[in-house]
Amino acid sequence: MPNIVVLVKQVPDTNAPVSISGGAVDFSGMKMVMSPYDEFALEAALRHKEAAGGEVTAVTLGGAGADKILKDAKAIGADHIVRLDHDGWADSNAVQGALAAAIRDLGAEVVYCGKSAADTGAGSTGPGLAEHLGWASASNVLALDFGADVTATVPAEGGDARLSVSLPAVFSCDKGDLKVRKPNVKGIMQAKKATVDVRAAQVGASSVRVVSCALPPAKPEGKTFHGGAAAADVARLLREEANVL
Amino acid sequence: MTETIIIAEMNGGVVAPATAELVTAALALGGAPVLVVPCTDGASADAAGFAGVSRVIAAKSPVFSSYDAAAWAEAIDGIAPAGHVVALASSRSKDLAARLAARRGLPVVQDVVSIDGGQLTSPILSGKAMQTVAVDGAAVVTVRANVMAPAAAADADVSVVDASGDLKTAVLEVVARASARLDVAEANIIVSGGRGMGEPGNFRHLEALADTIGAAVGASRAAVDTWDEIPHSMQVGQTGKTVNPNLYIAVGISGAIQHLAGMRSSKYIVAINKDADAPIFKHADYGIVATWEEALPVLSDALAGMMS
Repeated sequence: MPNIVVLVKQVPDTNAPVSISGGAVDFSGMKMVMSPYDEFALEAALRHKEAAGGEVTAVTLGGAGADKILKDAKAIGADHIVRLDHDGWADSNAVQGALAAAIRDLGAEVVYCGKSAADTGAGSTGPGLAEHLGWASASNVLALDFGADVTATVPAEGGDARLSVSLPAVFSCDKGDLKVRKPNVKGIMQAKKATVDVRAAQVGASSVRVVSCALPPAKPEGKTFHGGAAAADVARLLREEANVL
Repeated sequence: MTETIIIAEMNGGVVAPATAELVTAALALGGAPVLVVPCTDGASADAAGFAGVSRVIAAKSPVFSSYDAAAWAEAIDGIAPAGHVVALASSRSKDLAARLAARRGLPVVQDVVSIDGGQLTSPILSGKAMQTVAVDGAAVVTVRANVMAPAAAADADVSVVDASGDLKTAVLEVVARASARLDVAEANIIVSGGRGMGEPGNFRHLEALADTIGAAVGASRAAVDTWDEIPHSMQVGQTGKTVNPNLYIAVGISGAIQHLAGMRSSKYIVAINKDADAPIFKHADYGIVATWEEALPVLSDALAGMMS
């Protein structure tokens, strides 16, 4: 029975406006949520458990504020919740190294994560973690079938490829066809009582540092036309002014 | 002099045009650019030279016939010199970049849109902010398409080198897409529809326009969530695909934050919406306040006339 880990990350609510203060993003007052793709990863982990047995452990790297999304994961169905205690910036290598150490400690054979986190949008963690562990990986996973090997459907040139993936492996999940389950009352009650297993994070040195953050440059005001007939003018401008056709 | 490795973007076994933009990025990072062409046939690297590229390595291996992150990273790691690595910020190459970076013990900086004096800037929070970082030592860097000027083609010496890696996944089958139309993630022009299209059958008007101008057809989350006929693979936005085309035509899309997150960095945006206050107009280079029934036939006819 596989020992299943799902990685979850706390990010600002994707509908929240962003403000910059002193060259950094002002997170005060921003509602924090589980990164949307991680919800699909959690769903995939729970389905793997339902198909093959085992237990699901939700793991996050973060400060005490991130306990909330672990409890959310517990309410939805995770068996165990672990927080690797760390505050502040770490580059991809440092993050993946800390996660790899924890996953070895947990004895996991399969890891699910979102295809990218809503804050960085990088999508580096899944494949990078797999390399740290020496495992297989499949990214942008749209669908999964659970057998002795896991079959993952991923986008490929000209269509969707069905990949046979031997465990141990890391799967980075896209939205795909999975409908995520919502927590039920029993799950919510259990999550309230659950304690987070807080462990020291083995975060190495980072060779990337953040210099500054800024709002994106304002786009010059566009041209607005009224009435459908103006579409002919726009077609002409696309060729003559924008030069894109 | 140290070298900077450029991993050619491959599409159907051919070096994709966006590779020319990576050369410009590599020159901005510093180091002598070396182009690595992952291929199954060394001839793929013929005529793959660019102005400024010191040498071209055709990395030849059967593993490059289909994508396996572990095998590709191992094969490229085995033949590429040390230094910065530059790749395109396509979904496949971002995945490869992360894997290769971890293999070499380097950090990876994804989705870079500007390189200035050793500092790299990428969008974060779905493009709602820009983050600038400095790197101490070498890094693996992916660069968004359509932000760097392409380098000119030039002659180059190509050396063919055998590369090898262990596959960790096996392709059982590739299910071809029902349509020959490009996927939104691959297209340089995208025509997208929202719930304002009224009913899913009306997407055929968008498809007709798309076929005229060689575009992909996308959709907003509202359209995907409302109509079963519109698959998630078409969704542009926060929980769909992030796209960066030259031209994005949004029809009947109001411009929710989650949609803007996926397309706001498009080079040119055209919006057709009957509501003059729709947020999409704030981001449009060309806004047309009209119903799609009024505007779309006019636009389609005018573009068809231009393309013929």
